[in-house]
Amino acid sequence: MQQLYISLTVNGDVHELNIEPRRTLMEILREDLELHGTHEGCGSGDCGACTVLLDNEPVPSCLVLAADADGRQVVTVEGLVQNGEPHAVQKAIVTHGGTQCGYCTPGIVISSVALLNENPHPNELEAREAIAGNLCRCTGYQKIVDAIVAVGRE
Amino acid sequence: MKPFTFFSPRTLAEASRILADHNGNGRALAGGTDLLIRMKRGQWTPRAVVSLNRIAGLNEIALNGELKLGARVTLNQLIRSPIIREYFPVLAATARNMAGVQVRTLATVGGNLCNASPSADMSPPLMALNARAVIVGAAGERVVSLDEFFVGPGKSVLQSDEILRELIVPYNSRAARASYKKLEHRAAMDIAMVGVSVAVEFQKAEFGNRNCADARIVLGAVAPTPLRAKRAEEILRGNILNKENIAHAARVAAEEARPIDDVRSSAWYRREMVEALTRRQLMEIRDLRLEIGD
Repeated sequence: MQQLYISLTVNGDVHELNIEPRRTLMEILREDLELHGTHEGCGSGDCGACTVLLDNEPVPSCLVLAADADGRQVVTVEGLVQNGEPHAVQKAIVTHGGTQCGYCTPGIVISSVALLNENPHPNELEAREAIAGNLCRCTGYQKIVDAIVAVGRE
Repeated sequence: MKPFTFFSPRTLAEASRILADHNGNGRALAGGTDLLIRMKRGQWTPRAVVSLNRIAGLNEIALNGELKLGARVTLNQLIRSPIIREYFPVLAATARNMAGVQVRTLATVGGNLCNASPSADMSPPLMALNARAVIVGAAGERVVSLDEFFVGPGKSVLQSDEILRELIVPYNSRAARASYKKLEHRAAMDIAMVGVSVAVEFQKAEFGNRNCADARIVLGAVAPTPLRAKRAEEILRGNILNKENIAHAARVAAEEARPIDDVRSSAWYRREMVEALTRRQLMEIRDLRLEIGD
């Protein structure tokens, strides 16, 4: 069976890995690098729970072959913490009550960070569009949207 | 997923040769948002996956008389491109209403076309804009009108060694005012029940002239392939774009549709909506014409 030698930069750290071609980026993150913040929901790109930044763009990591991500930069929810401090989006989601069971939260945080990187002061519609690819079965989204808009107003 | 051998060639010729060597058991990988799902479900079990990621030039957007749109251009690239936003706004608007942000980072124009889903959103507007597909294979290059590109559900004219390299889209006045509307159960992450694209070119004449020189009406998700409503187009061609002609053309477009009942919608509803979406978009083009008189 073919083994591929790839290099991934994840949250600033370079990882050299020997992998089977059929493994997804999500599997490598969770199983090999033990970064369990990236969740698998549907496995087919519909739910957004596995969203990570790949070269600064949000992607569903369940639909990316790790082999195709060779040489690229990945940021997971674990990589957002700076000096032990959660990211502003994470804090806002907590203070606005934007998380309940928490399964979708890492994906929503990553999608929100991607939006704020591009558009630091989003309005409500822009916040809704940015998380349209993230399903949440608990919160009804309003508190998440409030949190994202609040970060832009800080 | 079943095991496969992964290739990441630097040129299209090499990619095509690898696909030819695998004789129908290879698959080209662009964004992967359709391919990986089918492989995970076991619907497709290719022995070779050929990534197009490292081939230079496939994600180029260039306007030089005509638009050259690389097959690997992503939906997010379309949305952000100043050329697309300014000169082919229908393509940016269509992309923006597809899937969600993270899928649009990966999903490509070429992938959407080559998967040849009858409900693919990129097909109707690109056909309405009279796009041509530039295809590269072991035997060389060929150019196929998008009108002739789709063969059936999931089937295009691409042979097993062939790869879509780019689309060539003519630029003219109709590009600026083409539109695409679709109906879905929810605004994101859904598949169209029905989609209609219209593009109208007016005769060059004095202010307020509403004579239609040419019209293209393309229906999605209501036939085994995206479908041109040619009889409806004929009703408009050379005639004034008024309420009566628009209503007539919309009715005929609905007759030309060949929808089926499935989980997303009934055939009856799809046909009704072809009429509504066709009429609505033609009326919008007419109203815009009256307003700005370009």
